[in-house]
Amino acid sequence: MSLISLRDVQFGYGGQPILHDVSLALEQGESLGILGESGSGKSTILRLMLGLARPDQGVVEADGSVLDIRSRPRMQAHRRFVQPVFQDPYTSLDPRMKVRRILTEPHVALDLPGDAGAEAARVLDAVGLPADSLDRYPRAFSGGQRQRIAIARALIARPRVLLADEPVSALDLATKVRVIELLTELARDITLVLVSHDIAIVAALCPRMIVLQQGRIVEGGATRHILRAPQHPYTQRLLASLQHMPEETP
Amino acid sequence: MRRTSLWIGAILVGINVAVALLTLVWLPYDPTAMAGGRLQPPSWAHWAGTDRLGRDYFTQVMIGARIALTVGIGAAALGGLIGTTLGVLSAFAQRGIDDALAATLDILIAFPTLLLAMLVVAASDGASLGTAILAIGIAMSAILARLVRILTKRVLAQDYITAARCSGLGWGRIVLVHVLPNIAPTVLVAIALQFGLAVIAEASLSYLGLGAPPPNASWGQLLQSAQSTVYNAPIGVIAPGLALMALVLGINFLADGLRDLLDPERGAA
Repeated sequence: MSLISLRDVQFGYGGQPILHDVSLALEQGESLGILGESGSGKSTILRLMLGLARPDQGVVEADGSVLDIRSRPRMQAHRRFVQPVFQDPYTSLDPRMKVRRILTEPHVALDLPGDAGAEAARVLDAVGLPADSLDRYPRAFSGGQRQRIAIARALIARPRVLLADEPVSALDLATKVRVIELLTELARDITLVLVSHDIAIVAALCPRMIVLQQGRIVEGGATRHILRAPQHPYTQRLLASLQHMPEETP
Repeated sequence: MRRTSLWIGAILVGINVAVALLTLVWLPYDPTAMAGGRLQPPSWAHWAGTDRLGRDYFTQVMIGARIALTVGIGAAALGGLIGTTLGVLSAFAQRGIDDALAATLDILIAFPTLLLAMLVVAASDGASLGTAILAIGIAMSAILARLVRILTKRVLAQDYITAARCSGLGWGRIVLVHVLPNIAPTVLVAIALQFGLAVIAEASLSYLGLGAPPPNASWGQLLQSAQSTVYNAPIGVIAPGLALMALVLGINFLADGLRDLLDPERGAA
């Protein structure tokens, strides 16, 4: 049984088709990278997996049952099952809330067991931030630290799936490396779905990947196989463009 | 500088509030009775002189502060409540409803407040403090609703709202916990600025006879009644004019100070 899956999903905004017949399934502990250019439908797949939108056709299944976003109890359970991390750490934390409140909000709203304060301290420690961060506002933190707080918020529900939408693209190189290290560590226990247009990040974090072009999956399989011998011309172009890019220096 | 604005504003508004409260329990003279000779210049007995009926002018200016603040607070509360509610609802409404609401607000904003007040007066028993508050409040609510709609849409587009939805919060709670606190600083400043405009609008309505009826000594009414004696006794225009200017200036300074104080990016970590 798949942990989370999309079956023959079609989706569009205002009559504009975004996804065409997308099917994918994730097993427990199997991290997946979704690679594609801007506008290819990567983030839409995450929105469907999060239950923030309903497919026009096809179904999203999670934890063994079809995801019905109109059912409040089903969605409450789904919120505990899957959590997101967003691209921009500067817009993903409410500037008017202290870190303690940011972290305990999901714990209280999802009626999770245990003491919310103790759980907040636990996840903060898990992402490598000091306990005194709890009583500070997001403005007191750098971009990388804010992204760690966003990851901590996602972890407080103890989700089985973590959906990360370009989680390091807004960070500088040194911070990027630290956040990737953190995600690598987390991916040992949590199934990670990573959306990125950066092949290197996908290769570092995900043993499996799919390549999305204009809302269609054009290639999928083991990341190392795809990187070594891409079959689809679009994937070949993406990889070729990476080889032509100047190397980053630390 | 932000503290200076705040302090100047707080002092000017504070004096007006103190005077308005004082009039509830004490007045130097009976505002409706003759307290001295007609059109007397300022003296120790009559700080702002007397009007053409011999009534103490300073006493009437003090009462004017109470009326200005009553209308300002009433209109700000009414406009703030209606404007915020409409603005938030509009931001959540589907495209067609949102467009219709936006068009209605634009028409209301384009509608002159004085004309609206005349309509409200015509539709009610006559001019009163209530009609002035209602007319100014409705005009203010349209401006605030449009601002709140834009601010709410901007907040709703932030990732922390999506995170809140993924944390299991319903829309009602998201509005209370995330939207309102984040739009509050800008809305409060806008309400404060509108408060100043409401005080001016009330004076204008009273000047035209559409505000509080006599014997309520509104500043607009004092200006109107002193118009015919402005060359003989200019203090009759200067005293309510200065009071009006001081209150509006104070409110604007206070709004400026509040805006800086409530900005989360400027506060301490």
